[in-house]
Amino acid sequence: MSGQLTITQLQQKANDVRKDIINMLVAAGSGHSAGPLDLADIMTALYFDIMKLDPQNPDWEGRDVFFLSNGHCVPVQYAVMAERGFFPVEELQTLRKFGSRLQGHPERLRLPGLENTSGPLGSGLSQAAGYAYSLQYLDDAKHRWVYAVTSDGEHDEGNFWEAAMFAGKYKLSQLIVYVDRNNIQIDGPTEEIMPLEDLRGKWESFGWHVQEINGHNMESIIDAAGMARAITNRPSVIIAHTIPGKGVDFMEYDYHWHGSPPNKDQAKTAIEKLRTLDGKIVGEHQ
Amino acid sequence: MSAFELNPNLYDADVKQEPIRAGFGRGLKAAGEQNDQIVGLCADLTESTRMQEFAEAFPERFIEMGVAEQNLVTVASGLARAGKIPFTSSYAAFSPGRNWEQIRTTIALNEQPVKIIGSHAGVSVGPDGATHQMLEDLALMRVLPNLVVIAPGDSIEAEKATKLIAENGKTSYLRLAREKTPIFSTENSPFEIGKAYVLREGHDITLLGTGTMTYQLLVAAKKLEEWGIQAEVVHVPTIKPLDEETVLASVRKTGRALTAEEAQAAAGFGGAIAELLGEKLPTPLKRVGMKDRFGESGAPNELIKHFGLDGESIAKTAQEFINQVPRYHQGF
Repeated sequence: MSGQLTITQLQQKANDVRKDIINMLVAAGSGHSAGPLDLADIMTALYFDIMKLDPQNPDWEGRDVFFLSNGHCVPVQYAVMAERGFFPVEELQTLRKFGSRLQGHPERLRLPGLENTSGPLGSGLSQAAGYAYSLQYLDDAKHRWVYAVTSDGEHDEGNFWEAAMFAGKYKLSQLIVYVDRNNIQIDGPTEEIMPLEDLRGKWESFGWHVQEINGHNMESIIDAAGMARAITNRPSVIIAHTIPGKGVDFMEYDYHWHGSPPNKDQAKTAIEKLRTLDGKIVGEHQ
Repeated sequence: MSAFELNPNLYDADVKQEPIRAGFGRGLKAAGEQNDQIVGLCADLTESTRMQEFAEAFPERFIEMGVAEQNLVTVASGLARAGKIPFTSSYAAFSPGRNWEQIRTTIALNEQPVKIIGSHAGVSVGPDGATHQMLEDLALMRVLPNLVVIAPGDSIEAEKATKLIAENGKTSYLRLAREKTPIFSTENSPFEIGKAYVLREGHDITLLGTGTMTYQLLVAAKKLEEWGIQAEVVHVPTIKPLDEETVLASVRKTGRALTAEEAQAAAGFGGAIAELLGEKLPTPLKRVGMKDRFGESGAPNELIKHFGLDGESIAKTAQEFINQVPRYHQGF
């Protein structure tokens, strides 16, 4: 069910996901650009390689469970789910439109395959921890894992650290968290708005196993999950250093794209750049 | 007409009293024996919210959360997604007081059958003062879609309510009180979620009560009877969904209504009745409760009396109200 694509194929898939995101956001006319684009590699790795899942049976009892904590980045989740076969890729064009299953922020009850409803920040990690607690202590399900993706900005939330402390206390070793460390939030750079460093030290002091990776390197993303699964006495966090807006040069590193979609002309340029960058992106990751 | 069996010693000076939260403690333990999917979570108040009995009986299904109410309910949301039936307990001032958004997004909108137990609600918390006297929880919880909101009137009802919400498959809020409350029901009294009960019949005014106030209304009705006023007492433990039929039937008969709650009179139980009557049966209405102010430190009974929430004060309020207003809607 996983591991069927080569690294090169995964990189190409991530690029397809980026194109999907640009097209979705233009069609929607609103939404977040930077986060979904920079999460494309991690989300592709999770849905196409790391997680046990069955798109035809989203509630399959043996599945790994995914919680998106930063719900505003859901366009990338919708895109990887569509590419993976949970629903038709054409449906991506309904994002944020009336009657769509693809709500502006994810709602579990609207779309099979979503495990939670999120948007207000800082609560997804708790939900993932609750599920992981159940697997480890109540269900004796050692063969299943809970994966969560969080933003760096949502570390500002108190609820987030309550969850980190809880998972540390109960040594929730089946919980694996990717932090999208893109250094931006809506009002500006994270280190100006509310400094997070020493981020590694903070997580370690809460009792977590910490890895730091290049969040655009497919092999690193996959290897880190393998290492995290091998840690059996602590929860794992993977601080994934990413470039906000990754893959679209005029968006990269610019916090103004956190909460904005491109217009049609910008989208056309973005897609062209993604296409022309195809070879280059693969190259830089090898 | 009334099938509700009242405690025969209800009006005795030494009527049996017990904290409503004690019924929750018994009910949760009993529910835990029936269903092994029930999990208890508490935010560092296990003994005083009476989750202790469950925790001791089922230590493997009890999770100590520390003083972290936001995490309390969001971890519960995750447990519910994993198929569990989580009961979360804290003081109502903190849960749902502090974690309302988490309840809204991850439980109500997400339709997870988490049970939120808010203990120590109302001014009868006493000496702890206004910070701990939760008065806004009924309003906060009843406004959320997909929720069941229950304020049991005594410990026997709290036990019944706890067992029922364990199996109702819905997000549910249970409001508990700290102080001993006189027991007016019996083991044989009916209790269903979404049902209101006529405890005492009358034709001059309908006294509608929820939680700890229902006993006070029974006291008020007896006093009013001495003054020649026949009051009908309707107990409304479920604030949402509201038993509109029973409420309207009584008010249609009496033509006047008074609500009583140990909470803000605005937007909570009285608010719910005002909305119902305003839309379906416009009727003169008096709301007894906290009048847009916070509580303060004091002995529980002292505070109840000071804020006009005791039976005698309510009787006086009802009498004045009756003297002031006609049966407005009679002849509708």
